[in-house]
Amino acid sequence: MLQHIVWTVSLALMMLVGFGWSFALLRSGIREEEFAPLQKRAYRLRTRFFWGLVAVFGVPMVYTLIDLPYDAVRVAEGSGAVQEVRATGHMWRWELSENRLEAGRPVVFRVTSGDVNHGFGIYDPDMKIVAQTQAMPGVTNTVRHTFTRAGTYRVLCLEYCGLAHHDMTAEFTVGERS
Amino acid sequence: MATPPPPERGAHAGVVAYLATSAGVLLLMMVFGLLMRAEQARFVSLGAQWFYQLMTLHGAGMVGIAGIAGAAIMWHFLNQYVALSVRILYANLALFVAGVGLVLGAVLVGGFHGGWTFLYPLPSHSLGLWSDGAAAAFLAGMLVIGTGFLLLQLDVARAIVAGYGSFARALGWPQLFGRDDGRAPPPTVVASAMVTVVNLIALVVGASILAMMLVNLYFPEFRIDPMLAKAMIYFFGHVFINATIYMAVIAVYEILPRYTRRPWKANRVFLASWNCSTLMVMFIFPHHLLMDFAFPKWMLVMGHIIGYLNTVPILVVTGYGALTLVYRSGIAWDTGSRLLFLSMFGWAAGAMPAFIDGTIRVNYVMHNTLWVPGHFHTYLLLGMVAMAFGFMYYIAKPSAKTADGLADRAAFWAYVAGSLGFALAFLYAGKESVARRYAEHLPEWVPYDRIGTAFAVLIVAAALVFAVRFLARLAHARGDQARAGAPQGAAA
Repeated sequence: MLQHIVWTVSLALMMLVGFGWSFALLRSGIREEEFAPLQKRAYRLRTRFFWGLVAVFGVPMVYTLIDLPYDAVRVAEGSGAVQEVRATGHMWRWELSENRLEAGRPVVFRVTSGDVNHGFGIYDPDMKIVAQTQAMPGVTNTVRHTFTRAGTYRVLCLEYCGLAHHDMTAEFTVGERS
Repeated sequence: MATPPPPERGAHAGVVAYLATSAGVLLLMMVFGLLMRAEQARFVSLGAQWFYQLMTLHGAGMVGIAGIAGAAIMWHFLNQYVALSVRILYANLALFVAGVGLVLGAVLVGGFHGGWTFLYPLPSHSLGLWSDGAAAAFLAGMLVIGTGFLLLQLDVARAIVAGYGSFARALGWPQLFGRDDGRAPPPTVVASAMVTVVNLIALVVGASILAMMLVNLYFPEFRIDPMLAKAMIYFFGHVFINATIYMAVIAVYEILPRYTRRPWKANRVFLASWNCSTLMVMFIFPHHLLMDFAFPKWMLVMGHIIGYLNTVPILVVTGYGALTLVYRSGIAWDTGSRLLFLSMFGWAAGAMPAFIDGTIRVNYVMHNTLWVPGHFHTYLLLGMVAMAFGFMYYIAKPSAKTADGLADRAAFWAYVAGSLGFALAFLYAGKESVARRYAEHLPEWVPYDRIGTAFAVLIVAAALVFAVRFLARLAHARGDQARAGAPQGAAA
């Protein structure tokens, strides 16, 4: 799952940063009076560090730009006729045009709002987010997703919208493909 | 051309007033944050309305006070290179207090709970839960606070141009694009120039959308494009809160060299880094809009890419520079120097989950989960706030030989452990898809809230020690005494 990868990578990077700081801290005690030679060595290392960062961060930066959620080509991930759901957010309820969908067939959610900004977050049966977009007044955002698992999915509001923001939920069912 | 600063100058009374205000407000806002986590953890029962009112105050208060603390640091050091106006310094504080009064009235009396981001059109759509008057008081309060900062930045701009001739010179362009003659402006001036450029634009944009929303509140036929409003709000909000860190980091540039007796000069790499940051801080803001699919795709991809690039100056120049300075320096550690060193770690470490969240595909499953407060509390608590408290410890230190007490050492480590634990509890909950800004959490989310609450108690306790120590030593803040202890083994 993407969230798990993100957590692991973030933790690893934060620990690497912590390692750098601990290293300098542990070696801060005995003074090297001449700073210029030390600085020269540090600058040489910095150049390598810079190019290392470019390589390590550059690859995922570019790679993750493939298959963006905005791309209409995502409907090709599934097969069969596209299922369309119109979703409208209101303070504090969701209006869904369909509440029964099929797994394996692409779904296109056309999301908007009848009043203020809301966030249309789709949670799988394990309560993990699988897709989202913002529901904005006067704008229709399109989410394309193909469900691979059957079960009950929930929609939670992911943009603060006032007093009952946390209660603004809806449900739909994804059934096995007929 | 300005001359190098005399070492260890005491603070102006206005700067002391800024810092005392910062200590008090920071502490109060931390208590509000603790109450919010305790509510989610079901340790207390405030109710949703109080939760969202506290959330609104916590957000607005923290952003505002980070601005005040950052401005105090920038003003204190920049005033040693260029002549700043004391009247404007006080005017900003007076407008801040007046704005805070309006915000407090809007929230505590008027019941406004539209969030500090005042996302259009929520302030005018309360469903009867707050009046137009309350919304107007909140928006006007933010406008008054922003106007104060705008005045301060205009004065900084005036002083920089008077002292250095132009912003191009203050940003070191002659040395960056021509021959590096070693006469580049000091880091404080470069950082202040960068902050002024970005903040002037952000504050004007912020003031514009606030004024537009105030008009809309009373003349609804004056409609605002929600996408434009959102972009303006996030541009202002992102730049302003980032500028607080870029102001506060001046404390690191100025104070660590005094502790290590090593110079931190603005060489060509440093200048390139700050000039790039000037642009990146302004153009990175679409990473807040990645889930607004209707925005132009190129703009969202720009947010994604700059999110990655923005980590480079933080890690390679400022973070790495601090490590180089401290490495084999024999530095005499005290709470002030520890907090400043910690702040560089916090900024760099917090940038990691931040840029990852700015990856479009990641944002698709993590936007507006607790991952977001997870990363910004890392670089604000362990970064910006540590810089502010570090500066308070430094400036109020009675002498270079003053030793820390047990309470200071305990508070420092409690702050480190508390902030790390608190931020990681948020990040882990974000990984588990826990939505942010929820007054009530699902039962399966509550354990993360309880862990977060326990760490928040540690943070508040530590911050109380920091604030009390600073206030108790306030009289020393104005003196010109030496503060930084000599490194062990340093040549006389």
